[in-house]
Order: sequence, then structure tokens, then C-alpha cells
Amino acid sequence: MTIETDVFNKFDLGTDGPSALELMSTIREFESRLPGYSEAGLIRGSTHPSVGMEAVAVGVSRALRDSDSVASNHRGHAHCLAKGADPGRTLAEILGRRDGYCGGKGGSMHIGVKELGILGTNGIVGAGIGLATGAALAAQAQGADNVAVAYFGDGATNQGVLSEAFNLAAIWNLPVVFVCENNHFAQSATLEEMVAQPDLHRRGEAYGLPSVDVDGMDVEAVSNAAAEAVHRARSGLGPTFIVADTYRYLGHMAGDTEIYRTVDQVEQWKGRDPINRLAEKLLTSNVLDQAQLDAIAATAVSAVDGAESFAKSSPYPDVSSAFTQVSEDIR
Amino acid sequence: MNKPAQQLTIWRALNAALHDEFTEDPSTIIMGEDLTTWGTGGGIYGVTRKMADTFGKERVRDTPISEEVLISAGAGAAMAGTRTVVEIMYSDFMLLGADGLINQAAKSRYMFGGQFATPLVVRSNGGSGIGKAAQHSQSLETLYAHIPGLEVVVPGTANDAYGLLRSAIKSNNPTIFLEHKALYYDKGAVTKELIPLGQARVAREGKDLTIVATQLMTKRALEAADMLAEQGVDVEIIDPRTLYPFDMETVFASVRKTRHMLVVHEAVRDFGWGAEFISNTVQECWGELDAAPRRLGAARAPIPYSEELESAVVPSAQEIIAESLAAVGHRKRLLV
Ligand SMILES: Cc1ncc(C[n+]2csc(CCOP(=O)(O)OP(=O)(O)O)c2C)c(N)n1
Ligand SMILES: [Mg+2]
Repeated sequence: MTIETDVFNKFDLGTDGPSALELMSTIREFESRLPGYSEAGLIRGSTHPSVGMEAVAVGVSRALRDSDSVASNHRGHAHCLAKGADPGRTLAEILGRRDGYCGGKGGSMHIGVKELGILGTNGIVGAGIGLATGAALAAQAQGADNVAVAYFGDGATNQGVLSEAFNLAAIWNLPVVFVCENNHFAQSATLEEMVAQPDLHRRGEAYGLPSVDVDGMDVEAVSNAAAEAVHRARSGLGPTFIVADTYRYLGHMAGDTEIYRTVDQVEQWKGRDPINRLAEKLLTSNVLDQAQLDAIAATAVSAVDGAESFAKSSPYPDVSSAFTQVSEDIR
Repeated sequence: MNKPAQQLTIWRALNAALHDEFTEDPSTIIMGEDLTTWGTGGGIYGVTRKMADTFGKERVRDTPISEEVLISAGAGAAMAGTRTVVEIMYSDFMLLGADGLINQAAKSRYMFGGQFATPLVVRSNGGSGIGKAAQHSQSLETLYAHIPGLEVVVPGTANDAYGLLRSAIKSNNPTIFLEHKALYYDKGAVTKELIPLGQARVAREGKDLTIVATQLMTKRALEAADMLAEQGVDVEIIDPRTLYPFDMETVFASVRKTRHMLVVHEAVRDFGWGAEFISNTVQECWGELDAAPRRLGAARAPIPYSEELESAVVPSAQEIIAESLAAVGHRKRLLV
């Protein structure tokens, strides 16, 4: 088989730029409001915002169809929203409401949307790596040209399952794209301290996977790397490992004292902000003028306003639902 | 040993126990995720606070997110003679290290003909109550109590937390030490004495009904007991504190006095440890019981996220009252 690496659909600033900007802005607005909900007592337990990391989910998802699967992690709202999840129903789940995708049973770390191929955000670091590998196996076994994406953090690369999944995907040529969002921290632990080989792409190479580093603060770069990987997977050319260099601006979760990093470091990364960068590019290449940029920003805010009022007005679930859906034939 | 008791929260009591054990035995080590760099510098619920400052990063180690290897390496280190404590951030994650716990640590003494001791403590937190949902709230103590070779500790007060953690670390068996995440800030008097594993505590004396409960359920049973007292039911509460080894004698003595029994646990009721306690009691005290013992546990469902759902799944003080009345024969047709 010849490898037609150039036939994949490259990111086009004129057609893809404005929609990517709008999606990233919506996710930014959505995620930025989470700490406030936590403070107001609307969110229980842990919620992990991905402010700063929007380019990864948005870049990857451009190449995906509804029938493709994604397995996400604890920091997964952006993965869901970029895959097409409705912000209102997503937020309703995070707030534990009846209209949430899982009827309030899942919460932030267990948001699954079957019809969009979202195999769930996940409370177990690394677990999505195995799930996506399985979804790719299913696609292969069914002869479908669907692909699967696993999103996981730098911290998850220390889970044993990564080695097992890389090897299996490689020997079986599975249509899976492993996307590591390297935001340099796993909760409070730094990559330097915890990963003996900080060139993460070399972990993929060791298992025979094509492995690439990409600027995770540049949606165009992520988008092109992902489109190529998805194209390869769809064409039967097997798995790819993408390492996206990125950063989270907010704490790991509500209540994080952030004693493990400096304000300077955070500010430096904000200088590479993916939304500002794309907006500037759109402006300087005359795709959009300032008024249009402002309109996109306003659209994002009003989309999240709508989601918020939908979610807040959704009732809490009926208590009887606590006892249902445990197994297929029980109640 | 006659130091005055101090008022401590449970997390502080655990922290003090670790400091005291680490001071007494300089070979002891502890490892876990975010152990020295989280919050104010002490693991997910602060229990290891200041440990690294006092004992150094060699003995107090931050680790990668690798539960599988953490637990198996903990077992290996213990077998090789290093008293080892592993902190697992939530007890749900211990499942990733099931091989290390169940196939290795639990069996190392037996299968090698008694050559090895495995002084390993796997510390973690279980239980629900703060909205952590299905994969961060389970009460899995029964699983471990079922495995020959493991000890299981479930402290519910600051004093028990201190005394039992020190005994767990001194134990030459692998010990699962399950704290309760909703109780870390509960305060109590701590005498700083060791408490041997396998000794129940009488949490309340009474003459009409014996309730056996641990951790959050002991706390709720105590609330229920006050309300039951107003209805003329005088409840005795036994907290086993350790599920293996377990102290049936204290339970038998209580049941012989009250002639009625109820077990309450946060673990799912079906196949839970309550059945074990009741079965033993029925066998031993059959002629002395006035009514069939009863049990209450979580519903057969994962812990849901939304607050009302979460409370609905786990036994409440109200349910304990209803079951207590049923157990003593004030049956009010509440039950299916
Ligand atoms: C098996 C398991 N171990 C530990 C945790 C606790 N935990 C949740 S997120 C996290 C850090 C994960 O870091 P990384 O994979 O880099 O993702 P990031 O949070 O940086 O996006 C930890 C330690 C968990 N949820 N699951
Ligand atoms: Mg990370």
C-alpha cells in the first residue's frame, strides 16, 4: 500500500479558522466559569478545567466524525464539546442535573455520549488509553473505517497500560490516535521530576508507532497533525502517537494552592495563548476584521449563557433513578 | 503512657502517627502521588504534611501515577525487609494494583513457606459523602477482608486512627488501611496509645439493641441512637475498627445482653461484611436472640454523583432508625 500522506484535509485558515476560533472561545468561556460554580456550591466533588488547552481538542476534533470514538480523561469537557456535545447538557451533567447527558449520575469525570462516540470522561488516569484501543479494535473487527482517539495527560504516560496499548495497537495495526496533552504537570508533579524520558514521542517510537511532537498552543498545527494521523488510521495504516505541548492556566482543580509553580511561568505560557494567536492570524491575513472577531467572542459568551441557564434550570434527578440502570435487566 | 489526651482531627492524628512511627523506626518509608507537593504540602488529604521536611525525600517519596507498580514495588520492598507505607490517593485506585496486593503481598508469607514477612501498609480513603462519584467513593473493604493474608483496618475516630495506624505499620502482615474521606476533619480526643488490630470498641452502651457499624455509619448510628432513645429503644453500638482480624467476642457479649442485632455498613449490603458478622452471631448466640438480626448497607448501585442520589444510596440515620425498630420488633411494615 502506498502511503498518501498529502491527501488529508489540511487546515484552511479561511474556512476552518473562524469556526475553530468560535469553538475554542466557547470552550474557554465554559471552562472559565467552572471555578465560580464550585465556589457557589453548584459543583460537588472534583472538576478539572482545561483553560489554555483548547487548541488540542479543537484541532483533533476537526478530523473526526460522529461515528469516531474518543476516550477522554478527568480533564475532558473540551474533548466532549469539541466532539459536538451540547454545552447545556454537558454543564447540566457537571451540575448533577436531570438533563445532563448521564442524568446527573456521572458528573464531570463520567460524561459519556454514545451517539457522539464519546466513551466517557474518566476518573481513572490512563484508563481511556485502553478504552480507545478497544474501540479501534471494534472498528477494525467490524470493517468500519471509524477511528478512535485517546486523550490523556503527561501524567498518564506513567501508567503501565500505555505500554500495553501501544504494543497492541502497533502489532494489530489498530486505527487509533493516541493524543498526549503534555501540560507539564500531573496535579502537582512536574514532568521533569516524574518522567525519565521527557521526550515523550520516543515512548511511541519504542513501540514502532509514528510519533510526532506538535505545538499544542497552535490549533492549526494540532489540526494538521491530527488530520494526518486520522487519515492514516482510516486508511488502514495503523496507530499514531501525537504529543501536544500545552499548558493549563487554572489550578488542577478547585482549591489547588498551586505551590508547585510560579505565577511567572503561567504568565509566560499565556503569551502563547491559542485563541489570541488564531485571532491575530485571522486579522492579519484579512480573513476577519475586528468587528467580526468581537462578534465571535460575543457568540461564545451567549452560547455559554444559554448553557448555564439551561443547566441551572434543569431539575435535580428523581431520587428513584439512583437505583436503576445497574445491570441490563434489573429495573 | 499517661499523657493528657489532645483534641485532633483525624487527618492530624494520622499525620502524628506517621511522624511517631517514622521517628521510632528510621528504616520506614512512605510513597505516593502528590505526597509532598499538594495543598499545603501533604498528599491529597494532608495526611503526610511536613513528612518530607522532617524525614527527607528519600523516605517520603513523590511518585508517578503508577498504582500498579507502586503497590507491587511496595510489596517487594516490604518482602526485602523495608517497612513500607504506600498512600493511594483514593481506594478505588487500589484496584489497579490488585495483583500486587492479592497475588503477591497477601500470599508471600504462605506460598514461600513462611520465609517472608511483608510489612506493607497500603493507606487510602474510601467512602462517599462529598460528591466524588462512582470511581472515587467506593467502600471496598469487604473485598480485602475476603483475602487470606490481608489485614483490613477501618478507623472511624481520631484516637482509633492514631492507635491503629501505628499498629498497622508495626504489623508484619500486609495491611489495608482505609480512612474515610468524609471524616478527615472530625475531631476527637487522642491519647496516643497503640490499639491492637482485632479489638472492637463499644461506641455507646445500651441494653435493647446491638448495632455493629464502622466509620460514617457509626457516626450516623450514634445520631440514630439518640432519637431511638426518645422512643424507648436503648442502643449499644459496637465499632469493630478492623474487619480482619475481627473481634466477634465483643459483639457476642453485647448481643447476649441486648438479644437484638443490626449491622450497618456503607459498603453495598449484598455480600457485604455485615453478613459475616450476623452469620457468626446466629451460629454462636442462636438461643439468646429474640428476633432475626437485620442488616443495612448501601444499595446495589455505584455511588451516583448528584447529591440527593448519593444520599439515597447510602444508609441514613432515618433508615437506621427504621431498621432498628424492625430489629427490635416494632415492625412498621416499612420493608419490602
Ligand atoms: C488511577 C488514578 N490515579 C490518580 C488519580 C488522581 N489524579 C487525577 S488527575 C491526576 C493528574 C493527572 O495528570 P495528567 O495525566 O498529566 O493530566 P492533567 O491533569 O495534567 O490534564 C491525578 C494524580 C486518578 N484520578 N486516577
Ligand atoms: Mg498533565
